[in-house]
Amino acid sequence: MSSKPQVDPKQAAYASAALTDWDRVANQPEFKALLAAKAKFIVPATIFFLVYYFALPVLVGYAPELMKTAVIGPINLAYLFALSQFFMAWIVAFLYMRAALKFDTMASDVLARLKGQKSSGVKA
Amino acid sequence: MSTSLLMFLVFIAITLGITAWAARQSSGASAFFAAGRRITGWQNGIAVAGDYMSAASFLGIAGIIAFQGYDGFMYSVGFLVAYLTVLLIVAEPLRNSGKYTMADVLAYRLSPRPVRAMAALSTLTVSTFYMIAQMVGAGTLVALLLKGSGISYNLAVTLVGVLMVAYVVFGGMLATTWVQIVKAVLLIGGTFLLSILVLAHFHFSLNEFFTAITQVKDGTKVVNFLTPGLRYKPPYGALDLISLGLALVLGTAGLPHILVRFYTVPDAKTARVSVAWAIGIIGVFYILTTFLGFGAATILGKAFIGKNGGINMSAPLLAQALGGDIFFAFISSIAFATILAVVAGLTISASTSFAHDVYENVLHHGEPQTAQKSVLVARVTAFVVGAVSIGIAIVLGPTFNVAFLVGLAFAVAASANLPVILMSIFWRRFTTQGAVAGLATGLISSLALIIISPSIMGIDGPTVAAAARHLIQMKPLFPLENPGIVSIPLSFIGAIVGTLMSRVSADSVAKFTELEVRANTGLGAEEALAH
Repeated sequence: MSSKPQVDPKQAAYASAALTDWDRVANQPEFKALLAAKAKFIVPATIFFLVYYFALPVLVGYAPELMKTAVIGPINLAYLFALSQFFMAWIVAFLYMRAALKFDTMASDVLARLKGQKSSGVKA
Repeated sequence: MSTSLLMFLVFIAITLGITAWAARQSSGASAFFAAGRRITGWQNGIAVAGDYMSAASFLGIAGIIAFQGYDGFMYSVGFLVAYLTVLLIVAEPLRNSGKYTMADVLAYRLSPRPVRAMAALSTLTVSTFYMIAQMVGAGTLVALLLKGSGISYNLAVTLVGVLMVAYVVFGGMLATTWVQIVKAVLLIGGTFLLSILVLAHFHFSLNEFFTAITQVKDGTKVVNFLTPGLRYKPPYGALDLISLGLALVLGTAGLPHILVRFYTVPDAKTARVSVAWAIGIIGVFYILTTFLGFGAATILGKAFIGKNGGINMSAPLLAQALGGDIFFAFISSIAFATILAVVAGLTISASTSFAHDVYENVLHHGEPQTAQKSVLVARVTAFVVGAVSIGIAIVLGPTFNVAFLVGLAFAVAASANLPVILMSIFWRRFTTQGAVAGLATGLISSLALIIISPSIMGIDGPTVAAAARHLIQMKPLFPLENPGIVSIPLSFIGAIVGTLMSRVSADSVAKFTELEVRANTGLGAEEALAH
């Protein structure tokens, strides 16, 4: 297997963080960039899906006449809007999965940098 | 009806076989509670979907749509969109910061004993409500299925309870996960088949199908079942609909038996992938409730279903009408397996919570206990929880509304659990007092509002049958069926006020940084068990 079987890189990074300070990771520009990138996607996406979702009970509850309008043959706006929620959920989920690939790369950069700091610290 | 009985036995044999296999595979605490964290993304996704598609989804939603049309479909929408809350906000931080239960993420920064004790109480409450609903569903189903064979509702409930305990006691999380996977595949397959039969009945014409939905015979009247408002009527209907929506969209991310699933996978990325799988599978399933529910409304009608087993039997009766007795037995067996699997999932989350949170961390101050002891405590809890819910389900009897109990579980989960989960992940200043105040406010207010709601309180005329009478013969003090719109904000307020009134803990603030790093990078997260 590995030439250094006793050291698991993730375990080593954990030990290093525990020994020094989680603050060091928190202050890394890479980590701050990761949090910012996540917030930039998750906050607007969450607001969007909640607004889109609650528009359904609000419209159905307070504008029933509008929602009763038949749109495609006998199918009314209420059913179509409800059905659109499924596609909305799938699209938001797909976009998040795609964005999360970038978050994974950024997170592994943070961990790689942490490992680098540790080994350079040992040498110095 | 011997076909149904035979198919039943086959299903039970298959699931117990899986359990026996899993029992040989699993050893140790991580294996028992978290399936060794070796479940893959798609496997866990199907298991999450399986845990979610309970009696409420398959029997309940089909029934509500069959009886009250469009308004019932709102359950389908809410149940699915709720998974965006899980995917975007809760799943990954939870996986990275916890070990076995929802309380792990709370106890990470806060004083573990009070927080774990409260969280375990709320977990047990939510799981029990959810479980009683499944038991009642199983009882009615078996009573219908084996009509005339002498199997009573009480016996059916006891049977389900015993099987469930066997799953959990012998197989643990790994067996439960595989039972869930097998059942989810069968449930989706059965639902597809039934939907195709409904469409075939309307000559594969969506236009003919939807036209029929707009002309459903309800007694002497012809009603458009696509019209909103058949269930949620003025003056409080609109508000009740929003309250239900709130409970559903925030409740899923606080359901203990769903949250524990994220500890069965190796890492946060796999947790995320599994939610994506679940969203895909569950979405297809809930769209198909259109055919199940409206199909039952148009082809069978309310009066026929009411006479032949009641609202919750709409989907099985539809299967019988369209596919004959064998298909009826097939669909019923799937429904039965569904309930069995969901009940097993609920039991394991409740027993995990008791063993890990109360036994190890509250009673033994977090000192490590031997794995054998913890697993034994969990097994004993499974027995106790099983016995309690069998007892309550028998006391409530077969007429108790299944959908009501599950809606209740969602409202309690959204009120008690979600606010404190969000605050412990995102609010640096959050304190132990805030968490306990939030959990307590949410739990008590949601339960209290349900007790004084029209579901429990009401004045029945002398003609109302004994089984259908309200539990408290009084004018309801709270006008909404679902408490979410009041109890969820109250819980947030409780958590905020509790936090602001208590001293900031330097340790909790320091740990917040640790949690933030860990949640976002996976640094130090629980690893998968080596093979």
